[in-house]
Amino acid sequence: MLTNQEVAEALIGKFGEDVFDFEEPYGMLTLTTTREQIMPMLEFLFNHEKFKANFLTDLTGVHYPDTPGREFAVVYHVHSLIHNFRLRIKVFLAEEDIHIPTATSLYSSANWMERETYDFFGILFDGHPNLTRILNIEEMDYFPMRRQYPLEDTTREDKTDALFGR
Amino acid sequence: MKPEIVEAPKGHTGSGFFATSFDEVIGIARSNSLWPLPFATSCCGIEFMATMGSHYDIARFGSERPSFSPRQADLLMVMGTIAKKMAPIVKQVYLQMAEPRWVLAMGACACSGGIFDSYSVLQGIDRIIPVDVYVPGCPPRPEQVLEGLMQVQEMARNESLRRRNSEEYAHLLQSFNIQ
Repeated sequence: MLTNQEVAEALIGKFGEDVFDFEEPYGMLTLTTTREQIMPMLEFLFNHEKFKANFLTDLTGVHYPDTPGREFAVVYHVHSLIHNFRLRIKVFLAEEDIHIPTATSLYSSANWMERETYDFFGILFDGHPNLTRILNIEEMDYFPMRRQYPLEDTTREDKTDALFGR
Repeated sequence: MKPEIVEAPKGHTGSGFFATSFDEVIGIARSNSLWPLPFATSCCGIEFMATMGSHYDIARFGSERPSFSPRQADLLMVMGTIAKKMAPIVKQVYLQMAEPRWVLAMGACACSGGIFDSYSVLQGIDRIIPVDVYVPGCPPRPEQVLEGLMQVQEMARNESLRRRNSEEYAHLLQSFNIQ
């Protein structure tokens, strides 16, 4: 049985200063790393003889418009099917330089997940084989999950805020 | 139970002949053999399947053949949420149907976008194609769908044969950028 302590110590031993902000929300090990170290870290966990984090559960983005220099986060959920151990890794990016290396070389499923993240947040995955929109219409000229855009359809005239108690 | 048959149209009866207008006869024929094209995308589609089933039996209204192709279909029934990505397909299906054609929007989503007031959802199919009958509800009961179908039948029965060639109708289609 893997413990959070064990994995965290192994990661600190390997990456030192590049892993930080350890948390355990609901018992799930969560940590932050840098753009340069994310791929080595995923490969380390994937190939580690003990951890074998061989499944990418989810890859998505978050937008924090109020934190300058850390506007976007890319979140990786990796899962070791052998030990039933989960781990959440975050990488923060600045809006001016919104590039991150692709994880498709390691996990094939990252292909669609990264396309989705690009589609909704505009995060650019360097080296992705086909970084195009996947869910929204091709003509869409903005990234709808960024918080400066309204979620509602802006062409409706019959729905006013009063109807929703806003 | 005595089977119901369609009443004869207004006309003149004599010995061995019956005279009426083309409009009347063709109206009766069209309205009692509407072939729907179910364009079902979500939960309303399931509700429509119940309407097609033996209990509610939409076939009683001459809609025996749900046409899953635009060929020979008269009535486009759009049921369910139409995302903006799906809109061109709905329009293409409508364009591939031959005149005369009617459109029924079933459920809140097809009528107005429903609860999905969202950047990704088309806020009512009447933004892309003309709609004849709206069936409100979320989802509408099968009885409501049958009522909607009967409304379309009423329209078909009373429609002038010249309507689809009229200036007004051309304007209507033009407003949707349909030639």
